[in-house]
Amino acid sequence: MASVKGPLSPHLTVYKWQITMVLSILHRATGVFLSLGLLLLSYWLLSVASGPDSHAALSAHTSAWYGKTILFLFTFSIYLHLCNGIRHLFWDAGLGFEIKTSNLTGIITVISAISFTLLSWVAGGML
Amino acid sequence: MAEFTLPKNSKIKKGKTYSAAEGVKNKKTFKVYRWEPDSGENPRVDSYEINLDNCGPMVLDALIYIKNDIDPTLTFRRSCREGICGSCAMNINGTNTLACTKYISDSNGDIPVYPLPHMEVQKDLVPDMTHFYAQYASIKPWIQTQTPPPPDKERLQSKEDREQLDGLYECILCACCSTSCPSYWWNSDRYLGPAILLQAYRWIADSRDENTGERLDDLEDPFKLYRCHTIMNCTNTCPKGLNPAKSIAEIKKLLVSRTI
Repeated sequence: MASVKGPLSPHLTVYKWQITMVLSILHRATGVFLSLGLLLLSYWLLSVASGPDSHAALSAHTSAWYGKTILFLFTFSIYLHLCNGIRHLFWDAGLGFEIKTSNLTGIITVISAISFTLLSWVAGGML
Repeated sequence: MAEFTLPKNSKIKKGKTYSAAEGVKNKKTFKVYRWEPDSGENPRVDSYEINLDNCGPMVLDALIYIKNDIDPTLTFRRSCREGICGSCAMNINGTNTLACTKYISDSNGDIPVYPLPHMEVQKDLVPDMTHFYAQYASIKPWIQTQTPPPPDKERLQSKEDREQLDGLYECILCACCSTSCPSYWWNSDRYLGPAILLQAYRWIADSRDENTGERLDDLEDPFKLYRCHTIMNCTNTCPKGLNPAKSIAEIKKLLVSRTI
């Protein structure tokens, strides 16, 4: 009967964004971002191992505004991925699936990640 | 591979506007997705301004009002008008639900009405459900047994065993949940989606069914089951208040617990 192939109905552009959905995509995005960060971490370790000169060369970048911005984003990514990962562990155990609970744990995840990030930077004397 | 943008033939064009008569105070605009298979044109969104004083309280009432009084070409599925048949599932104001149980007054401002997301459209708000139903058939949604039935009575169930089916048997297969799921959008060719997985769990949880092992074997697949990443859109959108995400988690738990 369907002689004409119908169009695909709209999806991402019409669907209402909800905290659970936003955190899910952020979990993946921060995961990808953190794997890239692993390269940076290895680079930093190498620079330390290669002596004070190479370390100083890298530090010049990491203490500049753009380096700090990237490091700040990495700190936030670690905490968001970690907190949301704990949320996922509870889900894997079959807990926290009610709408109210999953929204609440989502909000707690975001607040915790922001707090831990700021706390780490203040404690590290970076802010 | 996931395609985040709509194909060329699916891009939405500006549509027509139908204004309410002058002097109408209590009015509301519905922005409704339209597509004609015979026109050869792209889909469009038409705006219908309706007089709420002449219209029932539900979004389905508004759609029927539009069809009866403004534009008889508008096409949508509907039947029971009381949330049990699942025909009028569509995307209303950004989330999937049944038009017949969704109050117009729940939404402030204009109300956008689209077909269920990421489905092939047959006409206007009518999506092609063939693949969804085929996936439902694939989980063998009927009782399967090894032992012969008792000669003089039905296979009985204790009250407690029957309670295991609460929150599962109420599913009306309207597909609101499956078509709300981004994983299903990108992988519906192989991922079963929340509605079908909830139905699969309904038979796994049934004390009378004796093929639990085979059912779990069938689901143990990186795509059929494990494309669920607990995005939770399914549970958030279910018009019957069910929890497909939890059913999927229960299946995952059973698969883990039988290996240890």
